[in-house]
Amino acid sequence: MRRMTWFNATSLTLGFAFLYLPMLILIIYSFNDSKLVTVWAGFSTRWYGELFRNEAFLDAAWVTLRVAVISSTIATALGTMAALVLVRAGRFAGRTLFSGMIYAPLVMPEVITGLSLLLLFIGIGLDRGIFTIILAHTTFSMCYVSVVVSSRLVSFDRSLEEAALDLGCSPAQAFRLVTLPIIAPAVISGWLLAFTLSLDDLVIASFTAGPSSTTLPIKIWSSIRLGLSPEINALSTLLISFVAVGVIAASLTSKRASLRRQAEERAAVAA
Amino acid sequence: MGQTTFEPWNDPEVEPLIQFRNVTKNFGDFTAIDDQSFDIYAKEFFALLGPSGCGKTTMMRMLAGFESPSSGTILLGGQDIAPIPPNKRAVNMMFQSYALFPHLSVWDNIAFGLKRDRKPADEIAERVGQMLKLTRLEKFAKRKPHQISGGQRQRVALARSLAKAPKLLLLDEPLGALDAKLRQDTQFELMDIQEKTGTTFVIVTHDQEEAMTVASRVAVMDHGRIIQADTPANIYEMPNSVYVADFIGEVTIIEGRATRTRNGDAYEVAFAEGQPPLRAQSDRSFGIGQACHLAIRPEKVRITAEKPEDAANAVQGAILDIAYLGNLSTYIVELPSGHLIKAQTANTQRLSRRSFTWEDTVWLSWTETAGVLLEG
Repeated sequence: MRRMTWFNATSLTLGFAFLYLPMLILIIYSFNDSKLVTVWAGFSTRWYGELFRNEAFLDAAWVTLRVAVISSTIATALGTMAALVLVRAGRFAGRTLFSGMIYAPLVMPEVITGLSLLLLFIGIGLDRGIFTIILAHTTFSMCYVSVVVSSRLVSFDRSLEEAALDLGCSPAQAFRLVTLPIIAPAVISGWLLAFTLSLDDLVIASFTAGPSSTTLPIKIWSSIRLGLSPEINALSTLLISFVAVGVIAASLTSKRASLRRQAEERAAVAA
Repeated sequence: MGQTTFEPWNDPEVEPLIQFRNVTKNFGDFTAIDDQSFDIYAKEFFALLGPSGCGKTTMMRMLAGFESPSSGTILLGGQDIAPIPPNKRAVNMMFQSYALFPHLSVWDNIAFGLKRDRKPADEIAERVGQMLKLTRLEKFAKRKPHQISGGQRQRVALARSLAKAPKLLLLDEPLGALDAKLRQDTQFELMDIQEKTGTTFVIVTHDQEEAMTVASRVAVMDHGRIIQADTPANIYEMPNSVYVADFIGEVTIIEGRATRTRNGDAYEVAFAEGQPPLRAQSDRSFGIGQACHLAIRPEKVRITAEKPEDAANAVQGAILDIAYLGNLSTYIVELPSGHLIKAQTANTQRLSRRSFTWEDTVWLSWTETAGVLLEG
């Protein structure tokens, strides 16, 4: 190991401060007793209590959760199908165009995606509500799923599927019994990505949401415009810890799985 | 043909299991298989041998059903297999990469094909048990493919492809990933299993030694054509072309012009200025002065210090190189004309003093029947 020099220590501290200081301040102030956000008046958890009595926030959270679960599930199904076709279909006319078009929404400004969806919904006379948000979120998160899944499929050994066919599977069975279980980690991470994208999307949701369907990011944004409330700090702290626990759990599980795999492989070589 | 030897290809009464009839396969502009017709018989161990890109894998994939011929028909047991999808064919394949399902245990991998046939559970368990016993994998039934060694994986792949008792088993470079020692053991194991199960095996390989060891017949392929299909002994001793002679084993090939000898039972091959012509017998007929190649296996060439008395062919040269292989030593001898001829001697005695060394002048001799005369 190299010794920690002053330069390294300083740059590390500054870097992490840059990343986490704002969040740290937010977390600290969520335990502030005062109603004024910028004045410290002692430790308290009263804003967490207030938050859980606030029907509007709870409703928004429930809408967000439903939208995220449903849209990421649909996006995963569609994105996986798109990835399969684009990776597997071999060469066909316009293949490059199609795969380019799958990735285009990744770089498209959200405002434009949101606006075009809004125009579409108005054009076909679809009332805006949860349903339209789900459609919009499915649209943009699908391409993320397809990117994640196709990168796994590129390295997938096709002879596994051929072996399944050879042993008597129909093509559908081969997919269900062999391909899907093997690419499952990529499909699951695609789903998680779509879920988080939907959870924190503000721009597209505000274009496509109706009066009856406010998501949490929209609710936070609109209540901040009316003035900062300590409740928002509490809510944000909860969101941060929710995400942090999720990320840490996911990385711990995958770390443990890879350690176990290594140990098993060592055992196999020794045997 | 005698009752004891297994040579169905010489018996016109026997119906072949597989018949290729004028099969051509094109991939775009590239012709992978060029109008090939040949038969494979039940219980044969048939090897398709050739360099990579010669079409041997395409041949096998057409049998498995992953490719279909561009023209021509393939018959299995007298039935055209073109309309039958791979999952309905009584053909199983062992893949080069083994293609073991990584998420299933050894037991479940072997049971996979049986479960697709909706066989009762106790029947599946019994069959998997048999297969595990046959491939000596009983101890590893619960392991996942990544928890066993390469040789064990290879046996799981074999057990899985044999579990459904196919009429025909295809093996695509089955031993490619094993080291030399393990490969040799596994070759004998394969032959043993083939004999025990009575299954017809078709093996694809680029390793000529492997093909010669395991196969009842070897088809040597090049550029989408079978150049020669025959028993290993005939392929080695009676190659029909320079390509086959050169591809199988070590050989010295000398270019020359053939002329029938006066008494008519052999040819004389003139190959260089100032060298006496070489004598060789041949069933093929050559015109006067027709261009030809003489192929001589190094183990049929004797190396001596003095000129042998009554040899049909004797040439003098200097030793250019010696390759010591343990059991054999190969000498490469350069003639004054610049031709290089290989001669091999068996090292039958331990630690015997080597009789020849670099730059020694020696005599090489061989009989009239040692060399094979081939069209140029």
